[in-house]
Amino acid sequence: MSLQIDRKMVERVAVLSRLELSESEIAQFSAQLSDIVGYIEKINVLDTEQVEPLAHCLPVQNVFREDVPQPSLSNEQALANAPDQTDGYFIVPKILDDNSGA
Amino acid sequence: MSLDYKIIVGLEIHVQLATKTKMFCGCELAYGHAPNTRVCPVCIGMPGALPVLNKAAVEFGILTGLALNCDIARFTKWDRKSYYYPDLPKNYQISQYDLPITENGYLDILLDDGTTKKIRIRRAHLEEDAGKNVHTFGNYSGVDLNRSCTPLLEIVTEPDMNSPAEVRLAAQELQRIVRYLGVSEADMQKGHMRFEPNVNLHITRGGQVFKTPITEVKNLNSFRAIERSIAYEVNRQLDEFLTTGKTMQMGNKSTYGWDDVNQQTVLQREKEEAHDYRYFPDPDLVPVVVSDQWLEEIKARLCELPLAIQKRFVGDYGLSDYDAQVLTGEKATGVLFDAAVRCGGDPKRVCNLLTQTGLKLANERQTTVDALGVSPEHLAVLAKMTDEGQISATSAAVIFEEMTRSGGDPAQIAEAKNLIQKSDTGEIEALVEQVLAENAQAVQDAKDNPKKAKKALGFLTGQVIQKSKGQANPKLVSQVLNQRLASLP
Ligand SMILES: [Zn+2]
Repeated sequence: MSLQIDRKMVERVAVLSRLELSESEIAQFSAQLSDIVGYIEKINVLDTEQVEPLAHCLPVQNVFREDVPQPSLSNEQALANAPDQTDGYFIVPKILDDNSGA
Repeated sequence: MSLDYKIIVGLEIHVQLATKTKMFCGCELAYGHAPNTRVCPVCIGMPGALPVLNKAAVEFGILTGLALNCDIARFTKWDRKSYYYPDLPKNYQISQYDLPITENGYLDILLDDGTTKKIRIRRAHLEEDAGKNVHTFGNYSGVDLNRSCTPLLEIVTEPDMNSPAEVRLAAQELQRIVRYLGVSEADMQKGHMRFEPNVNLHITRGGQVFKTPITEVKNLNSFRAIERSIAYEVNRQLDEFLTTGKTMQMGNKSTYGWDDVNQQTVLQREKEEAHDYRYFPDPDLVPVVVSDQWLEEIKARLCELPLAIQKRFVGDYGLSDYDAQVLTGEKATGVLFDAAVRCGGDPKRVCNLLTQTGLKLANERQTTVDALGVSPEHLAVLAKMTDEGQISATSAAVIFEEMTRSGGDPAQIAEAKNLIQKSDTGEIEALVEQVLAENAQAVQDAKDNPKKAKKALGFLTGQVIQKSKGQANPKLVSQVLNQRLASLP
């Protein structure tokens, strides 16, 4: 079963990703994403019935850092690439629907 | 038509873990610094920067899970939750989706009627916090990323609370637990602990049950606000149901903010569409496997939990529920109390010394009772001296305060400050004689006027103590006085 990425789905993904797409981009991405998904669909020919789901592709676990403070960047360094800054803050377009605070 | 309703509340709690560094980078975790001064490529979200997990954060999560009677996952992993706000610039939050570090536990709370209620814990998972948006820049917003990547434990309860008071009690109990464990400072004002209740009603009308739409309440920065906001929501939902008849449907959950000034909840947003966080495993982080040995090491760090201690104080020492609760408000207070009682102090007396004088002093000095510098041995001696009438209760408070300054021995302080009560019967008898001679009317009343006897006796006792400059043992004074009065013709 090949999943068709139609324009509706592209529009929805664009909304979720806060992207503004032009008409031609929507058409272009619908085709490209369908191709990509179609390509990945090939993996479905494999029988994974007896295979444990994989959480990570590396056979590694428990990589930790000890809880010891390390130097941070200076405020100047932190803001060096910011398009805009004031009083040590990154300045961004006004946030209307503030869902901040995770 | 009869109308009956049941309040249904579940809680989501974000607990900021008291690690020294952030969850996935070595930046120092600190409150109140200049913006963007505790940041690095990882917590700013620079492309290509790689997170490395803070072991202490995982251990704090497991420790809390153990205290909440949860199953601890032996295999857990990290997922990306899509999140598009400038306070988390990499556009996803590292969280745990299908394999939380702990799940299926419960929290015991003690209700006002003395019964214990279980609040089930659905899960508790680790995640990173976002930064802070500041809206004081006119048409722009400012972003401070000092808080971004702070380790959080998100605890989700089942909807097991059925009154505003139960929600407050559960919140307070959780705060006590994480403080006892030392996994969080849990200061609500500083946002270390953020409670988000989900509230609705099950209304029975005409034999039919109606469920009102669930609302999530935010901006709660005190326990009082938690209790009041839920009481307010209950009335608001009841009114809304009676007016509109609206009931719960898929996706009509809305968010209300608590307005502390006007004491009401205010609609913030209605969920237009179900959130689509598009979780997927974070390829930058490898899984965590919890071995038996590691789990045992963490278990060894568990302490006796506050509610158990509270019940022990009531059961073993005969304290009131109220006193036991005050003593277990902070771990250090209960520990000091316990130790002083083991040193021979009478529980009730030690409790009074700690709750009436100790906590007051600690409050004034903005510290904890254990930091006042009074040893359990000295506390026990002070309690004994008070019980035996060597010093008055008022003097005990004075001596306690002096002990916090000099760390000295209570008996020596009492001696030096001349606070030992006179228990020399001869001396007291002499004073009694004087007072009897000087107050003929009161003596008359005490002996022959049943209406005034009690008052007169109190007056005479007071006179004797006054003459002794407050140093006569009141018990002894009234004993001598009574004997002397009885012997009068
Ligand atoms: Zn950092």
